[in-house]
Amino acid sequence: MTLQVTDLRVYYRTLAGDVRALDGVTFDLADGEIMGLAGESGCGKSTLGNSLVRIDGRMKYVAGTVRLDGLELPIADMDRMDEFRFKDISIIPQYAMSALNPTRKIGRMVADLLESRGVRFGEMRTELERRLLLVGLTEAVLDRYPIELSGGMKQRMVMVLSTLLNPSLLIADEITSALDVTSQRAVAETLVEFRARGFVKGMIVITHDVSILYQVADTLTIMYAGKLAEKAPTSVIMQKALHPYTDLLISSLPEVGVRFDERRLSGIPGTPPSLLNPPPGCRFRDRCPLAFEKCAEEPPFVEVAPDHSVACWKVA
Amino acid sequence: MLQLDGVSKVYRVGAFGGTGLTAVRDVSFTVRAGEVVSLIGESGSGKSTIGKMILRLIGVTSGSITFDGTDIARLDGDSLRAYYRSVQGVFQDPFSSYNPVFKVDHIFDLLRGTYFRDAGDADWRRKVEESLESVMLDPAQILHKYPHQLSGGQLQRLLVARALLLDTRFLVADEIISMLDASTRIDVLNLLGDLKGRGLGILFITHDLSLGNYISEKTVILSRGRIVEMGATGRVYGNPLHPYTRALMGSVPQLHRKWSEVEADLAAKGANVAGRCIYHAQHGTDGGPVAPDGVATGLVEAEADHFVGCFRPYLEGAC
Repeated sequence: MTLQVTDLRVYYRTLAGDVRALDGVTFDLADGEIMGLAGESGCGKSTLGNSLVRIDGRMKYVAGTVRLDGLELPIADMDRMDEFRFKDISIIPQYAMSALNPTRKIGRMVADLLESRGVRFGEMRTELERRLLLVGLTEAVLDRYPIELSGGMKQRMVMVLSTLLNPSLLIADEITSALDVTSQRAVAETLVEFRARGFVKGMIVITHDVSILYQVADTLTIMYAGKLAEKAPTSVIMQKALHPYTDLLISSLPEVGVRFDERRLSGIPGTPPSLLNPPPGCRFRDRCPLAFEKCAEEPPFVEVAPDHSVACWKVA
Repeated sequence: MLQLDGVSKVYRVGAFGGTGLTAVRDVSFTVRAGEVVSLIGESGSGKSTIGKMILRLIGVTSGSITFDGTDIARLDGDSLRAYYRSVQGVFQDPFSSYNPVFKVDHIFDLLRGTYFRDAGDADWRRKVEESLESVMLDPAQILHKYPHQLSGGQLQRLLVARALLLDTRFLVADEIISMLDASTRIDVLNLLGDLKGRGLGILFITHDLSLGNYISEKTVILSRGRIVEMGATGRVYGNPLHPYTRALMGSVPQLHRKWSEVEADLAAKGANVAGRCIYHAQHGTDGGPVAPDGVATGLVEAEADHFVGCFRPYLEGAC
């Protein structure tokens, strides 16, 4: 078992009170699993990714444990997490490719980063060049400035960099969002390649684009308003989603081949509840076509079939 | 209703604007009333430049854009204002289209100041409410709020409502879906479909092929500023001929088919045209105008209502 997250709660402090962005999340990530994490903006998917790596001043750790390879991570402790970051658990934050220092050559930046972690750049150089070739870059990029690289090249560079020390867990947050479809495909396939070569053991791929996840992820986890709605193998979710939110979400996506004149798709009416003072009970209740009295109580996230967990009273 | 005829755009780049960058090269197509045309291309293909030229935000370098038979480059003053009464645009980021200091009503007030000086208060309120209802928004929930209190989908529909307040007959929708969440984007897309039913012509600019396929009658595929393939949506998607279109289709992530399956399917379909430039096969080797990089800029009709351009530089070897 690579990663075990149990009842993780992380809130954002605001003047108006705590925003419960991550409110009791429990899941396991198996060895070699690529887990896709999807949901609407503001559902807490990025907060989940960030919490596993770095809980900063705006965030407040409330409860929960995270175990990586059997060892409990001190996620609430900024300083003690330092020895795990980049070495055991690595993140590609959203917009990472736009955050490369524009005044430094890429090679220099890589050297700085490695040396800040106590790793000699010289020792890693051969491995670095080997991995750059693997993703279709040459060592010449190390002598370039970020502005000289295209979006797809920068994203692949960031991917190589963040997995250079073979972390157990890689969290990839919206790494395909700002790219053209051809670069999207290259980046997504690189993720699968990295796993096959054992550069990383497990991955959490966060995106709002379910169709990308269908291409690369083994399992899909759907989040809604700070909680997990459903987790199951990708093919199961695509064919037989159990949570009404998952079902509506997937059926609202236009596919190649579906035409407006022939089959009109519909969205999900309503908006997610505010997480400042979320209503009790199931948070999807107000938008759910299946809601009934029982939904005033909070549904537990339970396993209804092997590897298939759902938080819904109608199913459980 | 709207016709582009050999439109090109050269941007001046470099320290003193000494060098030219051709963003759009010899583009011609038409949009009829009640028709959605999707303009598909990757970043840098010139698709937004075309939208901006239609909205007269930038000028054309050569060629002409005509709306109902009038060349829009000649419009000024009153005639330009009349043009904007019929032609409007909505853009990608709904959050930056609003001034966060003002309530959302502000965008309607601005419009009133320019176009509806004579309208009385009650009249105006009724007009605004009607247009909100036509985009399926509840005026009571939307008006008098600040932009941050509304969702992206609501803001985007509000911008469409603003465009509809005028006698809009043509809408340029530039990536209006891209920033929205899955559960709301389909509502905005359906709205475009309904507008088309009311006789509007819509130019739907996007990089997402599945969205273009869902909504449009006609598809124009752009690559590096020129049209590589164009025609009825069913034909372009059902039988993509140009290597670039095929590569694009092969990379689109689909919901129920893996990339490898799509690729095998496309390879089977494309076997008969592989390695052969359809343009030069029909036109002979010296056919039509040629751009400085050796690519012929014209199109040939490969089948009924399905046009394709020269395969260079996506083909190995010469045409």
